[in-house]
Amino acid sequence: MNSATDQQLVTLTVNGTSREVVLDPRRTLADTLRHELGLTGTHLACEHGICGACTVLVDGRPARSCLMFAVQAEGRQVRTVESLGEGDQLGDLQQSFADHHGLQCGFCTPGFLMLAEGFLAQNPDADREEIREAVSSNLCRCTGYQTIVDAVEHCAAARRTQRTGRLPYEGNAQ
Amino acid sequence: MGTPLVGTAVPRREDPRLLTGQGRFVDDIQVPHMLHAQFVRASVASGRITSLDLSAVREVPGVVAAFTAQDLDLKGITAGLHRPVEEYVPTEMPVLAGDRVRFVGEPLAIVIAENPYAAEDGIEAAKVTYDVFPPVLDEEAALADGAPLVHERAAHNTLLDVSLFATEGIDEIFTGAACTVRVESRTGRQNALPLETRGALAQWDAREEQLVVHTCTQIPHQVRTVMAGCLGLDERAVRVIVPDMGGGFGIKCVVGREEIAVGAAALRLRRPVKWIEDRKDALTASFLAREQHYSLRAAFDADGHILALDADVVCDMGAYSCYPFTVGIEPLMASSEMPGVYRLPAYRVRGRAITTNKAPTAPYRGVSRPQYVMAVERVFERAARELGLDPVEIRRRNVITDFPYRGVNNITYDPGSYRESLDLCEQVLRNEGWYDRQAEAAGQGRHLGIGYSCFSERTGYGTAAFAQRKMKVVPGFDLAEVRMDTTGALTVTTGTVSHGQSHETTMAQIAADELGLDLHKVKLHQGDTDRVAYGWGTFASRSIAIGGSAVRRAARLLGERLRVLAARLLDVPYEDTVLDQGNVRLREGPQRVVSFVELAEVAYLRADLLPVGIEPGLTATASFDTLSDGTFSNATHGVVVELHEGTGQVEILKYVCVEDCGVAINPTVVEGQCRGGIAQGIAGALYEQVTYDAQGDPECTGFMEYKVPTAAEIPDITILHLETPSLITETGAKGAGEGGTIGAPAAVLNAVNDALRPTGIELENTPIRPEQVQLALEQASYAHQGHEQHKEPA
Ligand code: FES
Ligand code: FES
Repeated sequence: MNSATDQQLVTLTVNGTSREVVLDPRRTLADTLRHELGLTGTHLACEHGICGACTVLVDGRPARSCLMFAVQAEGRQVRTVESLGEGDQLGDLQQSFADHHGLQCGFCTPGFLMLAEGFLAQNPDADREEIREAVSSNLCRCTGYQTIVDAVEHCAAARRTQRTGRLPYEGNAQ
Repeated sequence: MGTPLVGTAVPRREDPRLLTGQGRFVDDIQVPHMLHAQFVRASVASGRITSLDLSAVREVPGVVAAFTAQDLDLKGITAGLHRPVEEYVPTEMPVLAGDRVRFVGEPLAIVIAENPYAAEDGIEAAKVTYDVFPPVLDEEAALADGAPLVHERAAHNTLLDVSLFATEGIDEIFTGAACTVRVESRTGRQNALPLETRGALAQWDAREEQLVVHTCTQIPHQVRTVMAGCLGLDERAVRVIVPDMGGGFGIKCVVGREEIAVGAAALRLRRPVKWIEDRKDALTASFLAREQHYSLRAAFDADGHILALDADVVCDMGAYSCYPFTVGIEPLMASSEMPGVYRLPAYRVRGRAITTNKAPTAPYRGVSRPQYVMAVERVFERAARELGLDPVEIRRRNVITDFPYRGVNNITYDPGSYRESLDLCEQVLRNEGWYDRQAEAAGQGRHLGIGYSCFSERTGYGTAAFAQRKMKVVPGFDLAEVRMDTTGALTVTTGTVSHGQSHETTMAQIAADELGLDLHKVKLHQGDTDRVAYGWGTFASRSIAIGGSAVRRAARLLGERLRVLAARLLDVPYEDTVLDQGNVRLREGPQRVVSFVELAEVAYLRADLLPVGIEPGLTATASFDTLSDGTFSNATHGVVVELHEGTGQVEILKYVCVEDCGVAINPTVVEGQCRGGIAQGIAGALYEQVTYDAQGDPECTGFMEYKVPTAAEIPDITILHLETPSLITETGAKGAGEGGTIGAPAAVLNAVNDALRPTGIELENTPIRPEQVQLALEQASYAHQGHEQHKEPA
């Protein structure tokens, strides 16, 4: 019964760095990231898998870290919002959120960033409707979503330009 | 002079930290030896506790302590109005219920453990037994003869019953009117639902002899006042700090009992205690909002001019009054502001707050205005139908156009663009062809509807306006301090608190402009009760109107100090000096300039150079308040919806908002506030409702049951700005926080009813249920079998 005796040593790879933590096996990945590893960018707003505030990338795919135990992440690559950008330099997706007012209180923002990062990696050519659809798996209470969709769409377009040398929006339906 | 920052969409200064995961919300703060709290909560809606046994709780591994009401023995929280007992019955909300419980979720005990998991294990081990009473769960049951009483002193479960206005001869007006209409409009109970739930971290600082409480509140000074009162401490022995906040929308502008209990536990244990509300508690046991019933009767002349409005407003406020606003907040708001943007000659209103065995309510973005606007807008829609008038035309004939306008409600409306916003909104929908598309769709048997709502919202309530409500503690003013350091950098401190509205950016824009400083030289400090003597926080769209005005005044005073000092050092008359991009220079000819940095050096490091009679240091404080009735932002919302047969789904095809909040300090921020507000208004119109079962058990315990709209439900929104500057604020700004939420439900409901027009069915309540829409469409297609339907183009 005593939780202290059930502690386990778990090795996690988070944002490219291997970290060892001793924890209770029932500890969620979200709590572990936040409280054991000090990566408080990942937020919790429902702890039952609906709101997406806790979204991180696990092996490159968006995952609800409130629904995973930390032990389940062993041997897998976890990425959190702290991995976007470099130092104080915002990454392109983050900059796009700033440029389009894609955040207000900012509480949902890390979840949306990681959702979009994972989504765009898999669907770099997604159109606005597909982006809206993807974004609809997370909740934001402040923005009304439009500016979040704008931010992701513009980032996707800018990435395509960089990749192909085409101008943003080229080939997109107006 | 540099280009003004006010009015410019400068990038938000909050963004970099929030985007990189460096935001610091309450739950992000960890301190050594910190403990974690959770609450044992009532499982019955009404009853008396016969036993509350925490012995098993204290045995749970990791649990450190558990306290009941008896253990902590704290004073309760009572919010008051100066009204006679026939009008208002105060209710004391105990920090922990010790005897009587009044709703499911009411906190009974606080359990403190080494980690949050153990705290949750702990609360499960509590054993509570009750004498269960029959609960009172709705307005009808509450007001019924012989109904059980939620509070013994409140006969008919009525906590507030006032008739603020009754124009003489109003009955005769109804008798003689060409047209009278009735509207019965109900709105569902909602949860304001900031994404960050409530939470607090309290710790005793022995050196400062202070209980330091980090909490996500919109009103830090009031939390301090109440906390000190409940704990029996001097007020200076409590310091409330608000870190980053993940939304509030009103429900964080009241004092919660949980944060007081957390403070008490930290004081007792002399260890830091953190409580983070889980989503279930946030949905069921936190403050709720909005459940109201409007019975309106209105008289019109044959040309569609409104002659009289007779209103009965009943608000289901749940189990307790919130501090500081009381249960009066909603009925008083509705009663005093109901005529809205229309010229109304005669008005009678009764407003009631009733108590039920449901979670208590608090202000939520818009406070009664989404509901009264919806009811009043229904009145005009119905009158338009009766009189064969176009819905826009009837509004045009009735909106106030001459300002300042003294209303039948004794409020003076400052200038706005009521008529202009209506015209522009209609024009956009016409120009984009939505009326043509509507006619076309009707020909194809599809159901398109166009709906509007017009409203103004009072913002910038000063002390005088709140005093009229007869609150025992009267909000209204705000304070600001500006401090320049030796490097010429400026810190602005305000009594307001941002929870998403970008105050760090907009307040800095105001101060920077006033002093002619670069934006990066200005930093805002907010949400710390030790930094500014008192403040009224952020609610009622007051921060920029009131708080921003205080900031501007303080900055102006500092500017004067800088000029006085410079004038003396340069040996020129004060009048000859101006502030210019970080310098004081001579009005004529730029040849003699002294920089703020040089002045700051003299003020702090070379006081030996200070002219006689000039004090060292460069600080200024100012307050702002208004004796007027406040300032009125306004807007018209226009919506196009399509109703889908078979599913009853309401799809929003187009949303236009023409808003006027006076001078927009930062247009991007204003648009963000509008969009977010509209999303919450649409949520109330179409999706969200908190429900209870027959025993009073909450049915919405998670996001599976409480349907918060996502990007799939909220459309893109076109926002157009008009600008009628406020005459009472220092910046010309009016409030911008709530308007979106106020306009949306009425516009959406009107659009749905427009689409339902061929069916002859009109809906009056929100949330609009797909079943209702589906049923209406089915009945219509049955009635019109074989007939082609054509809609009259408006
Ligand atoms: S916190 Fe994980 S989905 Fe809401
Ligand atoms: S920005 Fe506040 S919840 Fe999304």
